[in-house]
Amino acid sequence: MEKEWFTISVYSENNVGLLNRISGIFLKRHINIEGLNVSKSEIDNVSKFTIVVNTTEKWVKNIVGQIEKQIEVIKAFYHTDDETIYQESALFKIDSALLFDERQIQNIIKESNSQIVTVAREFFVLAKSGRRNEIDEMHEQLKPFGIMQFVRSGRISVSKDEMQISNMLKEFQPNYN
Amino acid sequence: METIKEKKAATNTKSTINISGAEAIVRCLLAEGVDLLFGYPGGAIMPVYDELYKFQDELTHILTRHEQGATHAAQGYARVSGRVGVAMATSGPGATNLVTGLADAQIDSTPMVCITGQVTRELLGSDAFQETDIIGISTPVTKWNYQVTRASEIPEILAKAFYIARSGRPGPVLVDITKNAQIEAFDFLYKKCKGVRSYNPTPKPNLGSIEAAAELMNTAKKPLIVWGQGVILGQAEEKLKAVIDKAGIPAAWTIMGESAIPTSHPLNVGMVGMHGNYGPNVLTNECDLLIAIGMRFDDRVTGSLNTYAKQAKVIHFEIDPAEINKNVNADVAVLGNSKETLELLLPLLTENKHEDWHNEFKKHHQIEFDAVIKNDIHPTKEGLTMGEVIEEINIASGNKAVIVTDVGQHQMIACRYAKFEQSKSNITSGGLGTMGFALPAAIGAKMGAMDREVVAIIGDGGYQMTIQELGVIFQHEVPVKIVVLNNDHLGMVRQWQELFFERRYASTVMVNPDFVKIAEGYHIEAKRVSERKDLKATIQEMIASDKPYFLEVKVEKEDNVFPMIPSGASVSEVRLK
Ligand SMILES: Cc1ncc(C[n+]2csc(CCOP(=O)(O)OP(=O)(O)O)c2C)c(N)n1
Repeated sequence: MEKEWFTISVYSENNVGLLNRISGIFLKRHINIEGLNVSKSEIDNVSKFTIVVNTTEKWVKNIVGQIEKQIEVIKAFYHTDDETIYQESALFKIDSALLFDERQIQNIIKESNSQIVTVAREFFVLAKSGRRNEIDEMHEQLKPFGIMQFVRSGRISVSKDEMQISNMLKEFQPNYN
Repeated sequence: METIKEKKAATNTKSTINISGAEAIVRCLLAEGVDLLFGYPGGAIMPVYDELYKFQDELTHILTRHEQGATHAAQGYARVSGRVGVAMATSGPGATNLVTGLADAQIDSTPMVCITGQVTRELLGSDAFQETDIIGISTPVTKWNYQVTRASEIPEILAKAFYIARSGRPGPVLVDITKNAQIEAFDFLYKKCKGVRSYNPTPKPNLGSIEAAAELMNTAKKPLIVWGQGVILGQAEEKLKAVIDKAGIPAAWTIMGESAIPTSHPLNVGMVGMHGNYGPNVLTNECDLLIAIGMRFDDRVTGSLNTYAKQAKVIHFEIDPAEINKNVNADVAVLGNSKETLELLLPLLTENKHEDWHNEFKKHHQIEFDAVIKNDIHPTKEGLTMGEVIEEINIASGNKAVIVTDVGQHQMIACRYAKFEQSKSNITSGGLGTMGFALPAAIGAKMGAMDREVVAIIGDGGYQMTIQELGVIFQHEVPVKIVVLNNDHLGMVRQWQELFFERRYASTVMVNPDFVKIAEGYHIEAKRVSERKDLKATIQEMIASDKPYFLEVKVEKEDNVFPMIPSGASVSEVRLK
């Protein structure tokens, strides 16, 4: 089976130890986590993990099964890139002098659709959201001028199809009170 | 020991009482019907031990000689009784000593709750004396774990712990409780846990998939059932028997499923897997339908997956969705509790006999009997075999004993030749293969089924991994029968060295102590048998005794266990010699 990029979305109760449990599932199978983001979700008190992996569908199914088995996990899904809308964000910290001296930098800012977050005497900061390759491209373009600091976030994504977590939770609810 | 005593006073308190966290822990245990636990005290758990002292009339604490022993005893207790086993330990080394038992219970789906003490909340993260991150350490080997740092969390968390341990696919749970939480007073009220929002332990059976399964079963020409421990955990033994009887389908078992159906049942065709029976292994690759029930296609069962039952359609009855298609793809997956799903399946099955197909198993059995079994059980050579010892135990106990095995050749031989009439009678470390399991597990098994004969079968190697638990047998006069099959080697490893490493016996020769003297040092009646003429009478004497009894049998030093599927080979490449 071919390796592909998959986005795993995990809806869970907020729990201190859960990240450890989830990362252990990858560790045990020697599968690298390429991107990880934890945030709140559309549902009150439910967290969402967004995990990006490059592996085969057989393994991603196995992993999702193991994740879903964890007590605090409400539901886990996996999607291929076509099935989701996804983005990453990046910050570039660059010497302020360049902003005024190098015309090319201004072009890059304009063409890349990035925003200037702040301008200080010493440095300015660019923010860029988009696909990984867009961010990489911008990184390549800025590199020759010198990047003082660079950071890129994990992927965030929403699926094109509906995630029926709220319904599921409603179904669970009456039994447990 | 009697069964569940619901402690009214502790359980059904409608109003709260103001008590310490430590007392609350004991009251939670009582409310869960626990009347026996295994453990070892230490600084961080002392407040709880102080309460155990006060409640000793209602709750018996067995001091094992090592925390690993406490976990295996709790496992043995759970496996024989179907109840949740409980083990307790202090922080740091006490907690880390639980890890092997947790891992064993996790892979063999054994319901167990472990409670550990932890340094006081203020000291967490300071590398305090005997502080260890047992939550981090135990995460991969627990179904669930949780650190309690406030007394007020205790009732809810312990209720949840018991619920999670026993529900769905059972497993071990660890609750780590900081010392301040044991000391603080709070208003205690116990409510049993009835569910956890994010956890769906038992999927509801889907009728469509059951109909599809019945359809395949009714039309198959050469169907084979392989059942596992899921049948025992789901209490589906009677249902499985009814299915087999009605559909006339030969049924084999994994080591964890053994004893669910009597050995003598005509359609019970034996064990699958590495040292399983010839027929079910070879015929796995000839059947047209493989019906897996409550088993997980472990590699010790399947051998090479690339050549496993490729010709057959596969039906998988399973409670844990993560097991479906994990190792072997299922044409039909039936999720749910095995008792419920088999019950729904039964009326949809048509009666059948499959006589020709069944005769295939008989033929293969004959081949195995002539090549292996005959010499194992009725040897003509001088040296004693492990097989004849097991056979004598069958005879003396009338096939009624609970057999607890350790890990190695003796385990495979015991599981191959022990005969059972009653479920929950074969207790072994199947998934983890933990040497040192049997002695403490036998103690727990006996305490969980005082009315039953419990015989531990152990190798000379594994025996010395937890031999200190003889102290428990002595102190509490636990009438278990201990049989050490002494080949003066780490036999199973030696066998592999003989077969695959040109007899280079690296560190597998054991220079053993006088086991009889050691047992006598613990005031346990002890005998050694080295000759065939003494075997039968001594085993009968052992079984007849109502006291603890130790028997060392000197067996052939270099016997091998066959049949054998070399690791990585196909089930049909099973070797008879
Ligand atoms: C804790 C542990 N360590 C190592 C092993 C590897 N191992 C499997 S079987 C075996 C030999 C067991 O020897 P013994 O207890 O004498 O039993 P026998 O095979 O001779 O019946 C060993 C070392 C194991 N299963 N468990």
